[in-house]
Amino acid sequence: MKTPRQKMAEQDPQVRISNFNEVPSGFTPEQAQKEAARCLQCKNAPCRSGCPVEIDIPAFILAIKEGDFAAAREKLLETNSLPAVCGRVCPQEDQCEKVCVLAKKGEPVAIGTLERFAADWEGEEPPSPPAAGPEKAKVAVIGAGPAGLTAAADLARMGYRVTIFEALHQPGGVLVYGIPEFRLPKSIVFAEVEKVKKMGVKLELNQVVGATLSLEELFESGFQAVFVGTGAGLPRFMGIPGENLNGAYSANEYLTRVNLMKAYRFPEYDTPVIRGKKVGVIGGGNVAMDSARTALRLGAEEVSIVYRRSRAEAPARIEEVHHAEQEGVVFRFLTLPLRYLDDGKGWMEGMECQKMELGEPDDSGRRRPVPIEGSEFTIDCDLAVVAIGNDPNPLLPRALPELKLGWKGTIETDPETGATSIPGVFAGGDIATGAATVIEAMGAGKKAARGIDRYLSRYTISPRG
Amino acid sequence: MYRIVEKNRLTPEAVFLRVEAPRIARRRKAGQFVVLRVDEQGERIPLTIVGSDPEAGTVTLVVQEVGTSTRKLGRLKAGEAILDLTGPLGHPTEVKKWGRVACLAGGIGTAEVLPVVEAVRAAGNTTLAIVGARSRELLILEEEMRAAADGLYITTDDGSYGRHGVVTDVLLALINDGAVPDRVYAIGPVPMMKAVADLTRPYNIPTVVSLNALMVDGTGMCGCCRVTVGGETKFTCVEGPDFDGHQVDFAELVQRQKIYLGQEKSSLEKFEESCGGCRIR
Repeated sequence: MKTPRQKMAEQDPQVRISNFNEVPSGFTPEQAQKEAARCLQCKNAPCRSGCPVEIDIPAFILAIKEGDFAAAREKLLETNSLPAVCGRVCPQEDQCEKVCVLAKKGEPVAIGTLERFAADWEGEEPPSPPAAGPEKAKVAVIGAGPAGLTAAADLARMGYRVTIFEALHQPGGVLVYGIPEFRLPKSIVFAEVEKVKKMGVKLELNQVVGATLSLEELFESGFQAVFVGTGAGLPRFMGIPGENLNGAYSANEYLTRVNLMKAYRFPEYDTPVIRGKKVGVIGGGNVAMDSARTALRLGAEEVSIVYRRSRAEAPARIEEVHHAEQEGVVFRFLTLPLRYLDDGKGWMEGMECQKMELGEPDDSGRRRPVPIEGSEFTIDCDLAVVAIGNDPNPLLPRALPELKLGWKGTIETDPETGATSIPGVFAGGDIATGAATVIEAMGAGKKAARGIDRYLSRYTISPRG
Repeated sequence: MYRIVEKNRLTPEAVFLRVEAPRIARRRKAGQFVVLRVDEQGERIPLTIVGSDPEAGTVTLVVQEVGTSTRKLGRLKAGEAILDLTGPLGHPTEVKKWGRVACLAGGIGTAEVLPVVEAVRAAGNTTLAIVGARSRELLILEEEMRAAADGLYITTDDGSYGRHGVVTDVLLALINDGAVPDRVYAIGPVPMMKAVADLTRPYNIPTVVSLNALMVDGTGMCGCCRVTVGGETKFTCVEGPDFDGHQVDFAELVQRQKIYLGQEKSSLEKFEESCGGCRIR
């Protein structure tokens, strides 16, 4: 009899909605070995081509199967500096697991959960990376999010002396301010960052490049290349009436208050957050799910997701939608907010919405939502969280007028090398592509590290002047 | 960590801090601010940079102790440190040669307007400072302001010092005397900035206000600081903090500043309990 795909144990939905602890608890060693034994060890390994950070998937799974968990972890760390993060937040169903041979006839190998298992394995300390040979050039990385951490780690592995400049007071970028504790514990992120630092990467917090120090100063102080991974940090709003009422948040603000600033532990922590009783979350992506599930944990009685398209078009991971549904989040598909309603004292008391229906496909290939005339209705809510995406953060591009920008202020880059219009300046992640996933940003960081290596190799051998 | 090298108490509810932050000291311009976090549990709060000494690598801040975070900051002694400090954030104040410029401030705004007075005067403008306080004991930086401006006018609400009244009384008197400023700059409590903008509107005097919206990150990431200016939503942190006072929706700003009143009160009560009424040291 075939072994079924193994599943992680999860906190009961009724219990977990009153805490911020992680929902699934990972595989036991027995489960991990059982699941690893399902892998066919395909020669051509289609799963590998589905991985933006090029993990040797069959090899790490084989090590798990053989019970050598430390070796499995080593295999992951060869190409992926943040495996404990990826094992939790990557959309494996759209990447490695999607192209798993087993997926054709049944369920793919649980590659993501196995990655998480191996990354979390606490055996002996992983050996420090081999000491770099003759010291190579200094490289500055701007932003300690997924793209920056990956670029920094890969560059350090190649022997470069890397310093990361982070604007916030903690490293991790969206991993600490955006993704909630119950989906990605911050201790996991900080442990991964520590590993990157152990590779010799320096980290300077509270440094807004473009404000605290200029790119010019970085070059003058001896950095020979710069990677910009400053992310998509400028929340979008719909521009509808009432959006500035008390009780309207961007998802970024809501999640930053709760995650980065720990407002869920107010007043032990000083940062407050509005604890809505009836909460409406606008949007259909992972950030919307994170916001809705956060609202439940902050004591909301009723939380709805308001999304203008249908379930099929929602960009959130199936697992996230499923978790939200299990926890009691109400989904209002094909619903568009028109305006927010004022209780007469400047606070939110509801949102007027309109029902939609699906029409012809639009540019994204998804069927376009079309309003149904006369279908207006009201949803009661004292808190609305707008989770409809982010535009690139403007601070660094603004300080570099000669940097060529593309759509909505993204930095134009060569997708293969991350090179920008300024020699020696590379970029990747959401600042270059617009809002995307953690793993895509990491993939971009990886490519840019190679691009920087090629640039600097040429730079150091070609005499100047 | 950002060490406090000098601390002076200005009034029973305001302190002056000189803090080590060499990179910020080198780059800051008038009108810019920092975001800081006093300790591990602290909020991120924005504070206008009052001045800097690039050689010594220090910036100066003036803090009005009104809530938990500012009380915590006010409790720090010279030699102690602020956990996190970043900046300089926001656009610098626009400075050109306009002719006669009046800079109005109320309360703690006096400290915040000081760098603007200095920059505006350095650009060759005749610079008048009009500062107001509730009473004489709450007036701050009088000597510094007198040295920085071409003329200084002081008002107090209770008449204990200077002219009995408010700063707009002085501005109106100047206008009536024919000394109409070519540009007005106002910083202080929202009602004061609104009053200034309302006064100058009929005279078409360009009026810039520096908005004190609530913030979290201060780099454009959260949108907490959004204000309506000329019917459009703006982020104070990356598009301000200076805006055209005649276009700002002050009522909305006042409303948004009240979002956390209840929680701020409970946080402060908890803090005061924990330090046993440590208000003045």
